[in-house]
Amino acid sequence: MIDFLGYLVIGCPILTLLVLSLTGLFQQPLPSIAVDRLTKTNVAIGLLASIGILIWMLWTGNRIRVLDLGNMVDINEEHLHFHLEFIFDRLSVPMVLMSFVLIGVIGSFANIYLQADSGYHRFFLCFSVFLVGLIFAFLAGTIETLFVGWELVGLSSALLIAYFHERPAPVQNGLRVWAVYRVADAAFLAAAIAMHHQYGQGEFAKMTGSGVWPEGVSTLDPWTSFLFGMLLLIAAAGKSGLIPFSGWLPRAMEGPTPSSAVFYGALSIHLGAYLLLRVSPIFAESIMLRVIVVLLGASTAIVAAAISRVQTDVKSALAYSSVCQVGIIVMEIGFGWWYLALIHMIGHAFLRSLQLLRAPTLLRDYRSLENAIGGRLAHQPGPEISADAHSLSSRWYRFALERGYMDSMIDLYVVRPFCNLFHYFTRLEDRWMQFLSGETPVICEHYPTRESNSASDPVIAASPGANPQ
Amino acid sequence: MNVPWYELVSLIPLIGALLLWRPMETGRARFICIVFAGITFILALSLELLAVPANTTWIGLLFNQDLVHIDEFSRPLLPLTALIYFTTLLATVGHKAKNFSFSGALFGESLTLLTFSTDVLWLMVVLQCLSVIPIWFELRSRGRSTRVYAIHQVLFVFCLVLGGWLHTPNSVPSMSLSVSLLTIAVLIRSGAFPFHVWRIDLFEKATFGSAILFVSPMMGAYICLRWVLPSEPDWALHAISILSLATAVYAAGMALVQNDGRRFYCYLFLSHSSLVLVGLELATPIGIAGALSMWVSVGVALTSFGITMRCIEARIGRIDLGNYYGLYNHMPTMAAFFLLTGLASVGFPCTIGFVAGELLTESVIAYSPWIGCLVVLATTLNGIAVMRAYFRVFTGTKHVTSIPMRSQPEERFAIIVMTLIILGGGLYPQPGVESRYRAAVHLLENYHRTPHPSGHSDPQAQHSIPVDRSASEL
Repeated sequence: MIDFLGYLVIGCPILTLLVLSLTGLFQQPLPSIAVDRLTKTNVAIGLLASIGILIWMLWTGNRIRVLDLGNMVDINEEHLHFHLEFIFDRLSVPMVLMSFVLIGVIGSFANIYLQADSGYHRFFLCFSVFLVGLIFAFLAGTIETLFVGWELVGLSSALLIAYFHERPAPVQNGLRVWAVYRVADAAFLAAAIAMHHQYGQGEFAKMTGSGVWPEGVSTLDPWTSFLFGMLLLIAAAGKSGLIPFSGWLPRAMEGPTPSSAVFYGALSIHLGAYLLLRVSPIFAESIMLRVIVVLLGASTAIVAAAISRVQTDVKSALAYSSVCQVGIIVMEIGFGWWYLALIHMIGHAFLRSLQLLRAPTLLRDYRSLENAIGGRLAHQPGPEISADAHSLSSRWYRFALERGYMDSMIDLYVVRPFCNLFHYFTRLEDRWMQFLSGETPVICEHYPTRESNSASDPVIAASPGANPQ
Repeated sequence: MNVPWYELVSLIPLIGALLLWRPMETGRARFICIVFAGITFILALSLELLAVPANTTWIGLLFNQDLVHIDEFSRPLLPLTALIYFTTLLATVGHKAKNFSFSGALFGESLTLLTFSTDVLWLMVVLQCLSVIPIWFELRSRGRSTRVYAIHQVLFVFCLVLGGWLHTPNSVPSMSLSVSLLTIAVLIRSGAFPFHVWRIDLFEKATFGSAILFVSPMMGAYICLRWVLPSEPDWALHAISILSLATAVYAAGMALVQNDGRRFYCYLFLSHSSLVLVGLELATPIGIAGALSMWVSVGVALTSFGITMRCIEARIGRIDLGNYYGLYNHMPTMAAFFLLTGLASVGFPCTIGFVAGELLTESVIAYSPWIGCLVVLATTLNGIAVMRAYFRVFTGTKHVTSIPMRSQPEERFAIIVMTLIILGGGLYPQPGVESRYRAAVHLLENYHRTPHPSGHSDPQAQHSIPVDRSASEL
């Protein structure tokens, strides 16, 4: 019976995705009312099934239930397996419950918000990819299952940021976020493969011990823990917008409000922190790793708090407030307060979703409130800035206003040199081909000179947080 | 006497090519071509599914030796090649059909299938020498310079013929020279740096379809596996590995900054095909299994990606990735397919490339973590490049046109077939991986049996194969 409920939790989102993608492939899109009903029904069934599992766990005192779907790939001679396994435990069940509740609420909101929009079907298709990715990531019992979910979440996020795809700014921001995600994915992939190489399979239990979360004891030695931990920390930093990757979050607000709320306010942004919680036993093995985690969380929280205070649009302010909270959650993980981090994560997700959903009507809400009380609301003065441009407060203010110079530094020291180098190689190849063929390559004119190419590059030219919807 | 099924698979497209030799109306030529390519595909697929053995036939007796040799390694390459040709020809519509040489395509298919069906060196050399000719004629007929292509292909043919002539296993000096020449031939044919410019030239000057069909079967990797790897000395293995790895990273970086659509595709393909060579040169069961799996996934995914780009070209002309086209609203299915095939090529989960990429990366990391990091870097850059191309072609602006741009029934059929293969291979990868693993084991057994020019009898003495993944475990 419990296994059946487990299959429902995993199967319902997959069914939604299958129906929406197949009808799209055969160019027979469902009417919007059918899309709405399909999404709501499957989310409701998934939610009820996960509540059923929670009740069963509380009733029987069982703290873990493993749903084993067998090996996706099995090469016995090499002891190599790609195992598909889902775990229902104290960490995953609350996250899955939260996901179904938020996805259900925001799905209903989106159904009205995007009703007449031409991208309605596209939104719900991406939404269903996101839900499948999220459920896979939260319930994953092996690192490869988590990787599948991780990648699906990344893809749907990038596509939803570029939802208003008839303008270049959302598309440029979507590409920028995708690029950051790919860097994070590379670190994750390296960790997954290193784990496979170490154990021949990717079960978390091999890394975190066989104990029930959070009581597992890692079987790794401190240095191996440090190596795995650092790779996973880079992956988590990219996904959760920790420094130096925080710049992608305000860009993500280019998407429609429902996706901002569910992705970057509530669920997607916590995925990195969730990953750290899932492998938390390995942090106990390396004090150096814990120090790095705490420092990264603290610096992210401080910088994001400062940046959020100087934002002039509500969605960017909320985005950086989210980063600040995620930084604090990461600190809590580093300190070993794992239950606190879990509760903090769930509370923050609900609060931030509500705030982001109300963001488009904030001025109206203010007006209604002022009309109701018959006067102006108290105005909170902004931060006091010294007139001296070299004073500490002025410098701090500029630092916050420029969003910690993080995006600028990535552009200046990574993206631009990279593009310049490969444009230079392109011109060299053109000359070489010209020499060999004796004719001028037509495509030469496509390639800008060293001085002009940077500004036209999409990865560079993307403007952070421009025109948030 | 046995029926020469495998010879027939290669001869059917040849008959089609001969039928199409004389000029005829484009629609009729296209129809005949699709029929012959379709029959070839169905026959090749049937032979694969029924596991028909390659017995001695009367054609073999004519030459006094078995010309056809089908093993675990080459068996799936026949339906894969036939599928690539069939779907590419099926999706040749509009003005693309007018500029396309259908007889040349069928002739190329016949040569490719014959090459994959044989392990006789002289026959393979002859076939490969013949295979470079139709493209040269095409370039000339289009009034473009053939020099870049000709210089590289003459060098390729020279190395291949001389390497094949000197390939005498009993003589160590002769074998050393032979392997050196064959290694250079492999590097040229695979487009490894610095021999890659002919591929850019080819994509720039030939028709997109011909260029895709010429590079997709990855003949360089085939020559490498059949003739270079079994007798490969240490230095040749390292040379191919290092150059292929450098090419994979370099091409991935180049793909990311290209504005010309064809160049972007060329570099993307180059990066992936170089990764296949990197895996092959590891000489470990998992490494070769990963490389062979990636061979199939690249063959399916990147050919489909190329077909999609070609379909878009047929509607809007050459793609300039410096601009936004905003085609999504006009061709949503094509957009989804473009993204799916692109992501499959970079090993996105649930697609055919996922497990292949994982196996390859794992074996490379086991060999050297630093080299593994470079492979991951190449994959990361390719992933960003694919998404950039998607955004540039399908989004960013509102495309206004009065011409209907939706996909045609033939294109939709090709899209659905390829989508099912890409997703099916991704969701149920075990049969494919198992088959490629068996092929890898078989190849390594041959590798052990073959004497090496450097005089080492034990290949592990030459190659730093990781202990826990080495061929000695088999």
